[in-house]
Amino acid sequence: MTTEGISVAAAEEISEEARAELQLVSRAREGDASAFGELIRPYEARIFRLAMSITQNREDAEDVLQEAFLKAYEHLEQFQGNSKFYTWIVRIAVNQALMKLRKRKSDRSVSLDEQIDTGEDTVIREIAAWDPDPEQRFSQEEMHGILTEAIDGLAPIYRTVFTLRDVDGLSTEETAEALELSVPAVKSRLLRARLQLRDKLTRFFKRKGDDAFAYM
Amino acid sequence: MLTCKDFLHELSDYLDECADAQVRAKLEEHIAECPNCWVIADTTKKTIRIYKGMDPYPIPSDVESRLMKALEKKMAAGRP
Repeated sequence: MTTEGISVAAAEEISEEARAELQLVSRAREGDASAFGELIRPYEARIFRLAMSITQNREDAEDVLQEAFLKAYEHLEQFQGNSKFYTWIVRIAVNQALMKLRKRKSDRSVSLDEQIDTGEDTVIREIAAWDPDPEQRFSQEEMHGILTEAIDGLAPIYRTVFTLRDVDGLSTEETAEALELSVPAVKSRLLRARLQLRDKLTRFFKRKGDDAFAYM
Repeated sequence: MLTCKDFLHELSDYLDECADAQVRAKLEEHIAECPNCWVIADTTKKTIRIYKGMDPYPIPSDVESRLMKALEKKMAAGRP
């Protein structure tokens, strides 16, 4: 296998899936355009969702999607294989999205690292038990609508961390790396995002007959 | 004895199963006695489970086709 420029140690300790991905990276580096297409296809929709979640504007998200993949193609030499390709692409896309926001808002201070109120208890409004499998009460389409609406209601800093960590399944460390945040910053945003979503979903999923009551 | 606020602070580590054994034991002791925190832990756990792996909407076809065109143009020009 040709993995020129990719750390041997990294290449030795990876899954089959990651190994196949590294092969695509190598082929793309050698000029194989179809390999690059194959490499990015599984991530297009996820990167578009991420770009939407930061910019909250379809036109900007489309630009971010294009710019992120074009930049990745240009700078493929810099991908060392020490992290997942997806984490690397996310980092590029987040930078592009933040640049868009700064341009749009004429505000150079836009960042995902802004100070947040960490009073977790302020996001507990409803406490009511849910059915064991609340999703079974809704069709797949209804569920997608409910989950999307709830997540869209989060502030971008929470939505981005939650999407990468809990929806896409990156580890806390990978999420921190992709967003250039510290691990404690990721953890505190994640907790707040989880609690806010739990609160929003309780409206739909609480067990029938259970009244919600205020948190002490 | 843990307070509800302490419990909330440790909730993510508890649900991600990365709280150390001593802390975990204290958290379990707390939810065994506090029905509100039990409900919060249970419903937060279900929230995470429901969202896990949720597929994004496919990219709109016009966006996909513009992306492909931009990439083809870039690739035709060759990598730097």
